Amino acid sequence: MVNRQPDQAIVVSGLGKRFGTRWVLRGVSLDVIRGEAVGLMGPNGSGKSTVLRILGTLLNPNAGSGSVDGHDIVRDASSVRGKIGFLAHTPGLYDDLTARENLRFAADMLGLSHTVADGSLERVGLAHVADDRVRGFSAGMQRRLALARLILRSPRVLLLDEPYSNLDNQGVELMNSVINDVVRSEGAALVALHELAPAKAMLDRTLTIVDGRIEAPR
Amino acid sequence: MIPSSDNLRDKSTAAPPPTSIWLGFVSFGAVIAAQVYSILTSPAEGDMGHLQKIMYVHVPAAWMTFLSFFVVLVFSVKYLWQRRENDDLIAASAAEVGATFNGLTLMLGMIWGRPAWGVWWVWDARLTSTLVLFLIFVGYLALRAFTEDAQRKALWSAAVGAIGALNVPIVYMSVKWWRTLHQPPSSPSTLDPRYTMGLRLNAIAMLLVMVYFIRKRYEIARLERAAEHLAEAAAMGGR
Amino acid sequence: MAWRDDWRRVRAIAKKDVTTELRAKAGFNSVASLGVTILILLGLALGPDAEALRNAAVGAVWLATLFAGVLAFNRSFQVELESGALEPLLQYPGPRWTIFAGKLLGNLIFLTLMVTIVVAAGVVLFGVRIPDRWPSLLGVILLGVVGLVVLGTFYASMASRSRAREVLLPLLLFPMLVPVLLAATTASKALLGADVMHEAGAWIRLLVAYDLVFLIATFIAFEHVIEA
Repeated sequence: MVNRQPDQAIVVSGLGKRFGTRWVLRGVSLDVIRGEAVGLMGPNGSGKSTVLRILGTLLNPNAGSGSVDGHDIVRDASSVRGKIGFLAHTPGLYDDLTARENLRFAADMLGLSHTVADGSLERVGLAHVADDRVRGFSAGMQRRLALARLILRSPRVLLLDEPYSNLDNQGVELMNSVINDVVRSEGAALVALHELAPAKAMLDRTLTIVDGRIEAPR
Repeated sequence: MIPSSDNLRDKSTAAPPPTSIWLGFVSFGAVIAAQVYSILTSPAEGDMGHLQKIMYVHVPAAWMTFLSFFVVLVFSVKYLWQRRENDDLIAASAAEVGATFNGLTLMLGMIWGRPAWGVWWVWDARLTSTLVLFLIFVGYLALRAFTEDAQRKALWSAAVGAIGALNVPIVYMSVKWWRTLHQPPSSPSTLDPRYTMGLRLNAIAMLLVMVYFIRKRYEIARLERAAEHLAEAAAMGGR
Repeated sequence: MAWRDDWRRVRAIAKKDVTTELRAKAGFNSVASLGVTILILLGLALGPDAEALRNAAVGAVWLATLFAGVLAFNRSFQVELESGALEPLLQYPGPRWTIFAGKLLGNLIFLTLMVTIVVAAGVVLFGVRIPDRWPSLLGVILLGVVGLVVLGTFYASMASRSRAREVLLPLLLFPMLVPVLLAATTASKALLGADVMHEAGAWIRLLVAYDLVFLIATFIAFEHVIEA
């Protein structure tokens, strides 16, 4: 069990995860305090995505424990889901639906109105392609749409996996403003990156994960 | 709430309880004894002659098949409820043993049927539902073979095992109804009192064999898992 | 109101599934075409004697429905897996059974559509005479489709995420559908004929029991299966 302080948005202790015989995480421990944006850096295959996916309740760890906003990620997964905004590396959109339909579906699943969905489209600058099918979208546009879906619910904790890839300068600004909004209102963000540049101004500190473990923080 | 596989409960590196070699000797001895008794004491049956003696293996094997499947059902449900890793291993062991007994039942049924009915197969209620049960077993084992993640394998097989077991009585009933409209060739009679003693002895012997096989298979499965858990601990501990 | 939210989710998933499938290039059309193609092959293999075909009609229609249906079930989860949409789907708050119910509803709509086409084709190709008791026949077909969809959707939720999905789904599903196949074909044959023994009623009761048992069982089991 993890000792949770009230101002800790994310706590992870001794996280282990293997896929088959390959150990991807070998005892990862980290914490993110409310109001903080923390970067998680590391080479490909170092386990960044895995940490995020475990925190996002998509995977169960083989060892260790963690909590998000005070809720245990395994035992209280449904509460965790209510608090997080997760941006995966793949956008996870329905190619044969339009942007608007994708967001309205998300709104239906979240119990929100279609007006909120349409508003989110505007915020990320996709209103002009609202009724085009996602299949024709560029990677950057898809990422914006995924971001639009994320902000529908005003999440408390952001878990972002390589959020800046495929984004142009405007997109980067948009992403940073979203992170800023969350962090400034006593939320928190954990951002997996392989390149520091787009996020440098945003992040309070960075952790490096190598070979399934966190290196001593800089 | 799904517990983490960290708490695949009772994840132990402890050695499993060893299967007594005496159980093995006793059970195989019992089979031999029961068979000898049956062969010597049962008279030749009217139509089938000595062919009838196949029943002394075929019928107990069928009973053990259903019993194994019942074990699969119980431990599948128990796993879904309590998430103890050992329950999953027991269910899987019982499924393997049950599938073997199932295959044996079918083969013997066919071997009996060829001289008795003149054909290798008839679509009678018992043979057909035993065949369907065999396919359900095979599906269960195939699912396990094609799934790598231990927790997924356990959860999925438990669900498939429980739901498959639910179907067994329904399959049997529906095949029976399907067949009662057409006159099936009669199955070998097991009700004649001259045969019941032999049948009972063989059933008990077969039960001992089944228990021995399941325990042995479970022991092996536990050993394999214990080795995996040790490797896990090692990978987490050092570099 | 929680149940209203839940129902909204179920509807949203069903609507999404139906929409994406109808728009996908290789979607519903190909599944329905496959059903008819199988029927044609069966007709060729079992015919051309008109009497033989009439006797084989019920079995042929159900088999064509079964084989084409298997494709539909895998596809309903395929749509999530292809675009990586299953993970976001699992991250929405709310009970898991709504996902299962939504998928069930979508598959039910599709299979009903498909069965209509296959039955129509079967009537034409196999020279079936529409019986007086055709409403009961429709009932039997519907009950059979429900059983097919419930178990097909359930097993597809696992098989579609496995390496060997093409073989695993039929391998798991077909033995389980034996009662449906027997009940639906026997009752259909009885209703097409004179049903002197009034057996259709008994088989219909079996189908109802089967559908109920597995509807409940799969709903319970799905929670466990989708998390893994």
